[in-house]
Amino acid sequence: MTSQAAPPESPAAPIPEPKRRKLPAGTLYRGREGMWSWVLHRITGTAIFFFLLVHILDTALIRISPEAYDAVIGTYKTPIMGLGEVALVAAVGLHALNGLRIIFIDLFSWGPRAQKAMFWIVVVLWILLLVGFVPRHLMVVFGGH
Amino acid sequence: MSTQNIAAPRSPYLSHRKRNRFNIEKWGWIYMRVSGFLLVFLIFGHLFYNLIFPGKVSILDWAFVAGKFSDPLWMWWDGAMLWLALIHGANGMRTLVNDYAHGRFRSVLLWALGITTVVLLVLGTLVLTTFDPCLGPTDNAELIAICAAQ
Repeated sequence: MTSQAAPPESPAAPIPEPKRRKLPAGTLYRGREGMWSWVLHRITGTAIFFFLLVHILDTALIRISPEAYDAVIGTYKTPIMGLGEVALVAAVGLHALNGLRIIFIDLFSWGPRAQKAMFWIVVVLWILLLVGFVPRHLMVVFGGH
Repeated sequence: MSTQNIAAPRSPYLSHRKRNRFNIEKWGWIYMRVSGFLLVFLIFGHLFYNLIFPGKVSILDWAFVAGKFSDPLWMWWDGAMLWLALIHGANGMRTLVNDYAHGRFRSVLLWALGITTVVLLVLGTLVLTTFDPCLGPTDNAELIAICAAQ
């Protein structure tokens, strides 16, 4: 560029620099709603699976004796387990709502385009579910009625 | 190795497989969606009836569950939850094991998962089908009346 003069038809308006993205271009999922819903679906699914194993075993005690069943269920009626039930319902609620979102993404032609919006709908419905459940449940756990 | 064993370039992946062959991954995919949809209703109904509807936590005891299991509706409800949820969960865990575990560790985990699932399905089904609500003493008046009639 030292020996040649600038071309006379040099554009008046400079071409705008492309916006710098913080994330690599062309990722539909990475670091966004799609990825985090996927991560949460795996974490909640794993937690629910291990709860389910224990829950089948404790319910099987019903066949052994009323004393055995009531002794084990009695250990669940503590404030710590009450908070654990809040976590369980939160995990089940998120997994269920996001699972419906996955079904909609797969089933409907508009699904993949709406996946981000549906994720935030899932979050709102999940908060509404917990607003309905948690105060009532904590009154039962800590208030005893 | 002869050249006959090498697929033609650009031939579709897995084209050597017979068409219409039973594809377990496809049916697993369908199962996750169908069972997941049904479980939304079954599990929220289960949670509502056991945690919210009674209005107090102390309702959950042997007599409460025995009373539920004397009703065929709840027996089928819980049996459906057992089979749908446990297979749904086991298939989900299989996906995770295949993603994150490799080699011998993977096969050990898959075997443990399979054995656990079969044992719990058999145990749960036996408990549901052989349960007798008149097994022991109870304070539930309805149950006492039913058992006295037998």
